[in-house]
Amino acid sequence: MSIATMLLLAVSFTNAQEKEKMKMDHSKMDHSKMMNMNSDTKAEAILNDYFNLKDALVADDTKKAAQEGSKLAASLKAFDASKYTAEEQKELADIIEDATEHAEHIAKSDMGHQREHFKTLSKDMSDLIAITGTKSTLYEQFCPMYDGGSSWLSSSDQVRNPYYGSKMLKCGKVQKTIQ
Amino acid sequence: MKIVKIIAIVLLVAFVGIQFIPTTRNQSDTVPETDFMLVNNVPENIQNKLQVSCYDCHSNNTQYPWYNKIQPVAWFLEDHIKEGKAELNFNEWDSLSNRRKKSKLRSIIKQIESDEMPLYSYTLIHKDASFSEAEKQELIRWIEQLKDSI
Repeated sequence: MSIATMLLLAVSFTNAQEKEKMKMDHSKMDHSKMMNMNSDTKAEAILNDYFNLKDALVADDTKKAAQEGSKLAASLKAFDASKYTAEEQKELADIIEDATEHAEHIAKSDMGHQREHFKTLSKDMSDLIAITGTKSTLYEQFCPMYDGGSSWLSSSDQVRNPYYGSKMLKCGKVQKTIQ
Repeated sequence: MKIVKIIAIVLLVAFVGIQFIPTTRNQSDTVPETDFMLVNNVPENIQNKLQVSCYDCHSNNTQYPWYNKIQPVAWFLEDHIKEGKAELNFNEWDSLSNRRKKSKLRSIIKQIESDEMPLYSYTLIHKDASFSEAEKQELIRWIEQLKDSI
C-alpha cells in the first residue's frame, strides 16, 4: 500500500512562444552587398537578451537570469536564417539549437548551473555573431579561473565577471575586440 | 475502526484499478547505428557503467525490474524516461553535430561531477548504478578525453 502513496505530479512547463513573421520586401535591395552592411535585427535582439542575461549573472540574480534565459530562448527560436547561404544556414541552425537548449536550462536552474550553461552559450554567441555580424562593438572577455578558463561577450570594455559576480567582479580581461 | 476499513478498501480498489491503465514501455530490440557505443571506441568498463547507470533512461531500451511494471511506479518511471531521453538519448548520439556532442558531453560531466546523475531515486533501488568516487573520476576523465577529441 505504501507504493500507492508514491504518486508524483509532473509539472510541465509550457513555453509561450511568440511566432511573429515579418516579411520584409528585399526585392529592391542588392542582397550580396546589403547583407554585410546591414546587421540582422533578429540577431541583434538575441545579442541584447544575452547581454541582459549576462548582467543578471554579474548581479548574482538567479531569478532575473532565469527570466532573461526564457526571453533569450524565445528570441533564438524567432531567428530567421533564410537570407543566409545554405552552408551558413546549416551552421546557424546548429548554433541556434545548441544555444536554445542552454537558454532553456538557464531558465530553470540555480545560479551554479546557470553559469555552467552560460559558458557554452557564450561560445555559441560568438559563433553566431561571426556569421551574422553586429552593428555594435563587442568585447570578448576572459576569466582564467572559471572552469579552466572561460570567456563571454560584453558591449563594454569594462570587465564585470558573470561567472563569479560579486565574488570576483573585476576578474578577467578583454581578450578580443569584435567590430 | 469502520472508517479505516472503508478507506483501506477504497485504496485497494483504486490500486487494482490503476493497474489496468496502460503505460508506454520504452523497449526496442534494435540498437541504431547512431548509438554512442557503436560510433565511439568505448572501453569495456566504461561501457558497462554507462549501460547500467545511464541507458535505462537515456536510450530507447529500459531494463524493467518487476516492480516497475506496477502502478503508480510505472508512471513515475515513464515520466523520467521521457524527460531523460529528451535531454540525451545515447542511441541517437551520432545524429548530433559536433557542437551538440561537445555540449552534451560537458553537461554529462557536470551532472556526474555534482552527483546529480544518476538520480538518487534511481540509485536508491539500483544499487549497482551508483558511482564510487574512483569510478566517477575514471568516467569523467574518459568523457573529457572524448570531448577534447571532437
